[in-house]
Amino acid sequence: MAYNTVGQREIRVDAVAKVTGKAKYTADFRERDMLVGKILRSPYAHAWVRQIHSEQARALPGVEAVLTYADVPHLKFSTAGHPYSLDPGHRDKEDRLILTDKARFVGDAVAAVVAESELIAEKALQLIEVEYEPLEVLTSPEAAMREDAPLIHEAKRNILSTFGYEFGDLDQAFAEADRIFEGEYQTSVVQHCQLENQIATAQVDENGRIVITTSTQIPHIVRRIVAQALGIPWGKVRVLKPCIGGGFGNKQDVCVEPLAAAMTLAVGGRPVRLELSREECMIDTRTRHAIKYRIKTGVKRDGKITGIRIEAISNTGAYASHGHSIASSGGGKFRYLYQVDALKYEPVTVYTNLPVAGAMRGYGTPQIFYAFECHMEDIARGLGLDPIALHKMNFVETGFVDPIGKNKVLSCGIRECVDKGREMIKWDQKKKLYKNQSGDKRRGLGMACFSYQSGTHPVNLEIAGARIVLNQDGSVQLQVGATEIGQGSDTVFGQMAAEVLGLPLAMVHVISTQDTDVSPFDTGAYASRQTYISGMAVKKAAEEVKAKILDFVWGMTDTPAGMLDLKGQNVVYKHSGEVLMPLAEVALQTYYDPVFAHPITSDTSSNARVNAMSYGVTFAEVEVDLKTGKVEVLEIYNVHDSGRIINPQLAEGQVHGGVSMGIGYALSEQLLYDEKTGRVLNNNLLDYKLPTIMDTPEIGAAFVELDDPTGPFGVKSLGEPPAITPAPAIRNAVLDATGVAFNRLPMNPQRVFEKLRESGIVG
Amino acid sequence: MFNIAKYDEAGSLDEALAFLSGHPAAKVIAGGTDVLIKMQNGKMGEAELFSIRGLAELTGIKRTADGAIFLGPLTTFAQIAGDPLLQKAIPVLIQAAVSMGGPQIRNIATIGGNICNGAVSADSAPTLLALNAELRLQSAGGERKVPLREFYLGPGKVDLRPGELLIGIIVRPQDYLGYHGHYIKFAMRKAMDIATLGVSVLCRVEAGGVLSGVRIALGVAAPTPVRCPEAEAFAEGKTGSDETLEEIGKLAVRSAKARTSWRASKEYREHLVAELVPRALKEAMRTAGGEEHV
Ligand SMILES: Cc1cc2nc3c(=O)[nH]c(=O)nc-3n(C[C@H](O)[C@H](O)[C@H](O)COP(=O)(O)OP(=O)(O)OC[C@H]3O[C@@H](n4cnc5c(N)ncnc54)[C@H](O)[C@@H]3O)c2cc1C
Repeated sequence: MAYNTVGQREIRVDAVAKVTGKAKYTADFRERDMLVGKILRSPYAHAWVRQIHSEQARALPGVEAVLTYADVPHLKFSTAGHPYSLDPGHRDKEDRLILTDKARFVGDAVAAVVAESELIAEKALQLIEVEYEPLEVLTSPEAAMREDAPLIHEAKRNILSTFGYEFGDLDQAFAEADRIFEGEYQTSVVQHCQLENQIATAQVDENGRIVITTSTQIPHIVRRIVAQALGIPWGKVRVLKPCIGGGFGNKQDVCVEPLAAAMTLAVGGRPVRLELSREECMIDTRTRHAIKYRIKTGVKRDGKITGIRIEAISNTGAYASHGHSIASSGGGKFRYLYQVDALKYEPVTVYTNLPVAGAMRGYGTPQIFYAFECHMEDIARGLGLDPIALHKMNFVETGFVDPIGKNKVLSCGIRECVDKGREMIKWDQKKKLYKNQSGDKRRGLGMACFSYQSGTHPVNLEIAGARIVLNQDGSVQLQVGATEIGQGSDTVFGQMAAEVLGLPLAMVHVISTQDTDVSPFDTGAYASRQTYISGMAVKKAAEEVKAKILDFVWGMTDTPAGMLDLKGQNVVYKHSGEVLMPLAEVALQTYYDPVFAHPITSDTSSNARVNAMSYGVTFAEVEVDLKTGKVEVLEIYNVHDSGRIINPQLAEGQVHGGVSMGIGYALSEQLLYDEKTGRVLNNNLLDYKLPTIMDTPEIGAAFVELDDPTGPFGVKSLGEPPAITPAPAIRNAVLDATGVAFNRLPMNPQRVFEKLRESGIVG
Repeated sequence: MFNIAKYDEAGSLDEALAFLSGHPAAKVIAGGTDVLIKMQNGKMGEAELFSIRGLAELTGIKRTADGAIFLGPLTTFAQIAGDPLLQKAIPVLIQAAVSMGGPQIRNIATIGGNICNGAVSADSAPTLLALNAELRLQSAGGERKVPLREFYLGPGKVDLRPGELLIGIIVRPQDYLGYHGHYIKFAMRKAMDIATLGVSVLCRVEAGGVLSGVRIALGVAAPTPVRCPEAEAFAEGKTGSDETLEEIGKLAVRSAKARTSWRASKEYREHLVAELVPRALKEAMRTAGGEEHV
């Protein structure tokens, strides 16, 4: 099918506003006499707060309020950005308070100050005295799972969740195998490091409603959770989402908004800004779960997998957030890559006294695919097979039905992805070339594959809304509930609407701000859902407007709507393409015809009860300096099956960002903490080694575009997938270069060097 | 948040020195890239800042009549990186300058601030140490000269007396003419990072590849930037074979006093010294083959 704007490298609708500095972010919204909120954080990872003396702080001139546990509602709430569930058994874990009387990690919020300026607020924090009763600190899941371990929450054990799955007869599968492979793999705690830290402003408006402007991926969910945390009707809260400087899942959680709301209530509704510093953001928002895996796989001599058993221990930190669903979600997405008869997945998610782990790009899949794709490389080496051959022998095919969820794969391009990537990196030539290397610098190649979903159906509701208004000049406003957070969703939605309505993108005015009072309902930016799920709503809204326009023209011209189409800003005859009249002329009539005036709008909602699987592969080439342990990525390619690509430039942008995130995960990033005290050591961007652009090689992005029958215009997910497989591909390339298998992230120079020395590769 | 109680600016050097003698609590600020970070971290309480940024007489690079290179302390790393005189005379200092931070930081961070801040990781320090740089310090009471080697007193501690300003960094002609150098900044990132180890070497290469005047300096290998006298003495008069270079690297480790921290272990840093000192020397020798020096 030939499209006009879909598939084009259209310039982002917000590009000029952003590069000229005109785009407004939360911090740009200032009210007169706005107050500043600051948080007092626990220095202990695990302690009862026995008493708080805040008299001196309250007495400091310029301090408007001091809040503690005693001043906030004692209603436990969940912060996870999931749709609400009517089934109480399916709701998120409610274990959080706005301010706590028990510190569960170093940095937990025990009190807060509202003051005239940041400086006064900081001085006031220093005047607050807190009496703590320290408890044993549990930083490892092993310690937290001990029978006699102190309980972090009011529960029988420190275990949050054990939700896994099993199908087939694993014993029989292992018995039938020619070889059994076992391995242990471990990921680290990393952080999103989105450009814009978490920030919210809150005030009470003239009608007594709380108005929150916030940097969030999920405005409608923020509204609900703030209301739940405060125990007020949901309609009493209004949430606005302006331009956002990135999220990566960090803002798929309600971190600062309930406290911001409590702060404005404490000062009679005056506007308050609560902005976290980078240092605060790195300890008291969310992190990525560190997970340890034990994998056992049975294979036939030719490489056919007979059965897999995966045990996982996930460290979720101090509060549940998304912890109960991340290990299970990663395991769920994993089921769609390989055709196996028996699979058992046993995750345990454990509370510890560490910063809270939550949603982060890939949602449990970077961990499980790191583990399993390292394992696949180990199997290939054990069997003397090329890893590509081993992968291909085991991939699912189009038509595969998930034995647990019963979801059917309607398009699967993983083989095409692998073939393309193999060409791009010149796999076969280089594999030969690097066979017998000597010297201090060694090169190697690696690859790793993944499967992913588009949205969360059937686990969660997949509802999205869009609204279109036809203007007098034939342009339209497009309003969506889905959130642009930098990924480019506003642009692809604009392209979709433009495509249906026969307009150039410039004639579609996409409203980027979400306002829960006004915007259609949509649960937000997560799960790589928006282009696929929210795109359905946009397409539906545009089709409705189109139908109304053509009906109107029928009335004007007596030409049946079925004979007409919209192209190039004109109403045209479907059969010939001949222009009947300009769209602008129709639009003007819809507003001002003395008899038939009826401006055209649509307001639609789409509840998607489908889920398309997307696929992809990373190919990496590295050079390892054996004497220093430094790993340099020379070439890296990600090839994706994300269905049809709406905007190749934006799609490549997603891949570039995701791969660079994956390179950091592989080689340098790790949030370090003191194992005894639970204190984070490197919560700043000097000591936390996020790669710079200088550390990032050219990233090759490619797509195999197979239309998925369920997606609007044939799309599937792409937002998170690029970040999933760079780490295992790089690990496999390092193994190829050195013969040493690194089963723990990150592979930073000291670790690589120590292990090479241990293995006798260098003296 | 910046807790700034007072802020003053100097109009001239004399005025600045007079002000400082009357305001012992004032904190000198040049580019502010160290001072402001410390304030933000809460490592400094309420501060009275005194800015010397406007002192034109403390900026710039020139060659004095005796052939010495004079670096004004307010010279930024971007100015150093783009300086034609240094490019010819001491290119290794340019290597150090461009390894610093990123473009924005190099545009504002000064070499004087880098030295006076006293950080063991200061990227200009190993090279200036290897160049036997001398510091000119002035207060209302007078002027004194201190070799950089004696300026470092301990971690973050330098021999800067109350009321004193660094007014010049001098490299004498005999310390750079005919020398070739190389700086290796070993860090986890290629920009915006603190060195895990900094290695700066200078040497002359005589006929037959014989080394002379070898000077080796290390950053982040001890509580302060250090020279490696044993390794330097051993290298004198030797040809730069692989074995010799390896031995020089091993001897350099003796001058290191590394500690284990979560950033890197003592063993790894020492290994890096042994590995990178020879690499740096090799590079210096390679450039000795090519470029002419003035
Ligand atoms: C993002 C970032 C990246 C960085 N990267 C690097 C890096 O890669 N390598 C590196 O070495 N450093 C780095 N730094 C540290 C810093 O930029 C340097 O040390 C810089 O040279 C300091 O110079 P300044 O002019 O900003 O000093 P300031 O902060 O103004 O001053 C530093 C100290 O020196 C004193 N001082 C300054 N000038 C004089 C003078 N003339 N006489 C007496 N005392 C004086 C001040 O009182 C203060 O104690 C980085 C800093 C930042 C913020």
